[in-house]
Amino acid sequence: MAAILAGLYYAAAAILVAGLAWRIRQYAGTPAPLKIPTTPAPTTGSGVALRLVREVVFFESLFKANLWTWLLGWMFHAGLALVLARHLRYATDPVWAWVAWIQPFGVYAGFAMLAGLAGLWARRFLVDRIRYISTPSDHLMLALLVAIAASGLAMKYVAHVDIVAVKSFIRGLMVFEVRPLPADPILAVHLLLVAALMIVFPFSKLLHAPGLFFSPGRNQIDNPREKRHLAEWAARLEADR
Amino acid sequence: MADVTAPALREYPVAPALLPDAMAGSKPYTANEKMQEALGFPGSLVDDWHDKAIGKMGELLGKHRSLRVYLDSCVHCGACSDKCHYFLGTGDPKNMPVARQDLLRSVYRRHFTLPGKLFPKLVGARELTREVLDDWYKYYNQCSECRRCSVFCPYGIDTAEVTMAAREILDTVGYGAKYTNEIIGKVHRIGNNLGLPAPALADTLLGLEEDVKEETGADVKFPLDQKGAEVLLVTPSADFFAEPHVDSLIGYAKVFHAAGISWTLSSHASEAANFGLFIGSYEQMRAVALRIREAALELGVKRIVVGECGHAWRVAYSYWNTLAGIGSGGDDPFARQLQGQLDHNYRQPMHICELTWDLVQKGALVLDKEANDHRVVTFHDSCNVARASRMGDDPGGQFEIPRALIRAVANRYVEMREGTTHEATFCCGGGGGLLTDEILDLRVKGALPRMESLREVADRHGVNFMATICAICKAQFTKVLPYYGFNRAMVGGIHQLVSTAIRLGAKQ
Repeated sequence: MAAILAGLYYAAAAILVAGLAWRIRQYAGTPAPLKIPTTPAPTTGSGVALRLVREVVFFESLFKANLWTWLLGWMFHAGLALVLARHLRYATDPVWAWVAWIQPFGVYAGFAMLAGLAGLWARRFLVDRIRYISTPSDHLMLALLVAIAASGLAMKYVAHVDIVAVKSFIRGLMVFEVRPLPADPILAVHLLLVAALMIVFPFSKLLHAPGLFFSPGRNQIDNPREKRHLAEWAARLEADR
Repeated sequence: MADVTAPALREYPVAPALLPDAMAGSKPYTANEKMQEALGFPGSLVDDWHDKAIGKMGELLGKHRSLRVYLDSCVHCGACSDKCHYFLGTGDPKNMPVARQDLLRSVYRRHFTLPGKLFPKLVGARELTREVLDDWYKYYNQCSECRRCSVFCPYGIDTAEVTMAAREILDTVGYGAKYTNEIIGKVHRIGNNLGLPAPALADTLLGLEEDVKEETGADVKFPLDQKGAEVLLVTPSADFFAEPHVDSLIGYAKVFHAAGISWTLSSHASEAANFGLFIGSYEQMRAVALRIREAALELGVKRIVVGECGHAWRVAYSYWNTLAGIGSGGDDPFARQLQGQLDHNYRQPMHICELTWDLVQKGALVLDKEANDHRVVTFHDSCNVARASRMGDDPGGQFEIPRALIRAVANRYVEMREGTTHEATFCCGGGGGLLTDEILDLRVKGALPRMESLREVADRHGVNFMATICAICKAQFTKVLPYYGFNRAMVGGIHQLVSTAIRLGAKQ
């Protein structure tokens, strides 16, 4: 079991990293021939950086759009970020001080994450507009995330797992050593689903994460009158004249 | 023509119930062979349209980062789902921005993504069938490319970019719209959207000089093709004779006259509009923009100023520097050729509102605000000015400068409801290449949100004049206001107000 999971994690990590690198290269390599920031837009590079930070950290545009969606979405993402940070204790030895410090908050974050997901999922059934646009994969993605969060919380509150052994397994992965893993079905499910999430990341709507940074509507500087902006393929039209 | 009905104004601005296929019958006339071929597109739907369409999609994905990122990033969160005026006015779910995008995204997934190739049903991927292609034609011609949805999208996904890509694909397979493509042909052939030849234009301008002389006693000129003029004014051709557009043209002329700025129009570039934007064609947009460059070089002007037109200002402000080197900061020979001639103490290009506002601030104009006291004015932000351009040096100048200008020429000004102005403004319902009468029902319904906030200020504050700085907004409102019980004459330009207030030396 440990060997299979170890193999799976190496594969999943490789797919995640290579897949994301490939997508990011594709986004970065595709020209943006025209200036199309959604205005009013920042007129400086640091202004654009700040705009992106506001989008990433506070979901500024979503806040303007719909308070419920913003609240649920933000709860989920902030919860997820904290939970991920909390999991660093399995990979660091000795555990970093700030990681130790956030441990109790990380537990609450797990519930916030689950509540956010539940709310977001409910919208897909209850709001007719959202029901109309939902595809099976939208539901599956939520199911996957809910199952990951629920199985994680179950190991904390329902059936404890030998987390010392889990940590040893994960530390082992980091030095390419397969160490024993507790034979616990909830743990197996949790780890399998996380691997699945890593694998689908570069092929799914989870690409919204890197996508935001490459969105011309958000990442362009509003300075078209001051500076000539010309894509390579567009410049070639000029050479042909 | 289908029945044209205005929906009832809503008491509370909540999203409508879904009415699937409510607008499935709405589509503009298709372009005929001559119109298509004039732009280098096939005359009618080609036999291998499927493969050609997919091929074109692949080409566009490689040329436009926006398209690729936007097609990948949507998570179906629904933030945009109640933001489109056409959805609010029709209830047709395919007019929700996300659903409109999905018409194309589903085909993108099928042909360009692994999950779409392996599990199409699961991820909502679809083959491009004739039915899907027809849906594209219908519903990408029910988007005015106003970008309101993009303001609210957490990733900045802009449906306008998707609509433009879809229209370009449709054109490439021989399935173009008559209204836009016929007009672009006219610009290439004659120089303006209305097909007004140079002698007729000269005649019209002479007539305007006489009218203004009669009204004010001042010798206000409307120069055409005057070499060595300081300013080249590029304005939508509707300004030459359509009501209420022409009143703003008179306003520009009075401003130039009062400030003593020499200016000229050009018969070669007698049109600010650039419908290449609407059909998403970089090449067409560029060809249309190059006319302005040629005219500026030919006439030797120092400044280029753009009249009241929304999408034209977007193209001028955001794209002219890219497309035709009209701007500042170009360091290649092509750009320098023109930019060496222009006076960079001024913004290049400049919006007429920027020019007039600068003059007002300098005290160069004599303004009699009381002359507008019969009007209670509100301002309709035009979508392309609001969300795709700027005026002045600071972000948001596109909101502040027009308002400051109105306040400088009129005493009674009222703002419409928050959430329907500034960056959240609603499209007039006729933008983006949809200003054609066979889809009037759509245009009337799409005007609903704007009509609701106008009704509010009309009832509460007696607003009787809605100022706007877009030729399409003016034409659209003139047409649809009566369907909502308003007087069609209550829409007009900011320079119409300027024209009323400005005092020219001669008359006093």
